[in-house]
Amino acid sequence: MSENNSVGIVAPQTAHFSEPLTLKSGEVLPQYDLVYETYGTLNADKSNAVLICHALSGNHHVAGKYSADDKYPGWWDNLIGPDKPLDTNKFFVVGLNNLGGCHGSSGPSNINPATGKQWGSAFPILTVEDWVNSQARLLDHLGIEQLAAVIGGSLGGMQGLQWTIAHPDRVRHALIIASAPNLTAQNMAFNEVARQAIITDPEFHNGDYYEHGVVPRRGLRIARMLGHITYLSDDAMGEKFGRKVKDTIKYSFDVEFEMESYLRYQGDKFAGSFDANTYLRMTRALDYYDPALAYDGDLSKALSKAKSEFLVVSFTSDWRFSPARSREIVKALLDNESTVSYAEVTAAHGHDAFLMPDKHYHAILRSYLSNIQIGSNHAK
Amino acid sequence: MQNNVDITNFRQDFAIIANWVKFGSKVLDLGCGNGELLNFLRSSLEIKGYGVEKDDANVLACVKNGTNVIQMDLEDGLSGFEDQSFNTVILSQTLQAMHHTEAIVLEMLRVGQEIIVTFPNFGYWRNRIQITMGQMPVSRTLPYQWYDTPNVHLCTISDFDIFCKKHNIDILERRVITDGKEINLMPNLLGNLAMYRLKTK
Repeated sequence: MSENNSVGIVAPQTAHFSEPLTLKSGEVLPQYDLVYETYGTLNADKSNAVLICHALSGNHHVAGKYSADDKYPGWWDNLIGPDKPLDTNKFFVVGLNNLGGCHGSSGPSNINPATGKQWGSAFPILTVEDWVNSQARLLDHLGIEQLAAVIGGSLGGMQGLQWTIAHPDRVRHALIIASAPNLTAQNMAFNEVARQAIITDPEFHNGDYYEHGVVPRRGLRIARMLGHITYLSDDAMGEKFGRKVKDTIKYSFDVEFEMESYLRYQGDKFAGSFDANTYLRMTRALDYYDPALAYDGDLSKALSKAKSEFLVVSFTSDWRFSPARSREIVKALLDNESTVSYAEVTAAHGHDAFLMPDKHYHAILRSYLSNIQIGSNHAK
Repeated sequence: MQNNVDITNFRQDFAIIANWVKFGSKVLDLGCGNGELLNFLRSSLEIKGYGVEKDDANVLACVKNGTNVIQMDLEDGLSGFEDQSFNTVILSQTLQAMHHTEAIVLEMLRVGQEIIVTFPNFGYWRNRIQITMGQMPVSRTLPYQWYDTPNVHLCTISDFDIFCKKHNIDILERRVITDGKEINLMPNLLGNLAMYRLKTK
């Protein structure tokens, strides 16, 4: 078994939905596209489907490459492939770009069919609940009644949780990784600063920057730099950069330290490829998600209808989605006598750890996934 | 959490615990290791079982064999578990390795309607002889040297009886075994493994 076992060359597909989607906000999306990729083969009784829910800046390109000379594979390629922890010899894996995204699914940068212009500020604000409902329609489109598993990290984990609440009969296992049942005030505060960076950029034009032929690049760049600080732990940053000086100290505000070089690079790369309106909406989806709210803050009640089995995973150095938040999910599941295991992985990389191929972490996922029954005897 | 597993006693240990656990009940095993006891209880009594374990390798073993396992340190208490939410809470041969010994027993009584505590009896005559000879006991039940032992709170059966009395804990049943055999005569001297079924008075 090699870590290079890849799903190979992949291509995205697009599904069009003409049935309107009523959103949590009350707005209605009259029609929309979802772009997705699949890896592996759907088995005869369609019992081996796994849905990957992406986090803040993710998309449908989860594994494989678009061409042999592609520099990078999909964002969770280390997890998915033949003989990898999420084994595509066994499972049929679906990754999609969420609504409001900027990688092919309907979003603010797409043309609004009603006006013939880009949506911009007019694109509705979506919630985790809306995403999950749209994902359910994608499964209908693919002929999948029930998922063997839903897997997500961070914001993706919230979607996994929501799947078990909103569609309890349609998901047998939920892998909730580096996630939380809602955001803390501090976590939301980071989102607010990120949004303010974008909104106060002179090129933002209230979200209708497309028609001015500009993008709020500075704001998006700063938003992403801030994000990257919170995704790493103090120790990980110390280990990665320490106080290393780029060249020699010049007594200037140019890049003096390696850490600055990293943040600027990440910020520039992101600002050149991601849509600011999408970023605003993704952070809002994070802020709004709070399944316990409708139950007087009682998460146990919110999860009482869930029928899925759960694996909850957190990382010791993750302070943006700390282990304590995962333990809240675990406690609610225990209160409901759900079938649940919880692994608290010792890792130095902070929130980013969920995307890293840590040996123990991947062994946990591999073991859990290999126990999932598919085929004729999958019924619970 | 390391267990002092004595293979000879182990099956007997299981059998007695299985006798104390009700069919189909909800069981929490603290320091569950690789989930062996829970699997045994699940296959024999169809229990709904959860294990608590700190060690990575044991957590992985539990996930592998399909045991529900919650990774946490018992020394931090059982705050993730509601009052009286389990029929039985088990602490099997782990008590002596706990720093917060008193706290964990009280936490177990809070979470469990009944609790099962087992530990190697330090009053066992072989241990006493080794002490008399001037050395710390090393045996199959206590396989560590004084400098590498995880055991920090060893006690005798008498000590534990006094502990229960002082904390107003009702001893529902006590069984003492040595090499898989039940000991009724002078258990604190002849018994090597002590097993208690307890509840709050």
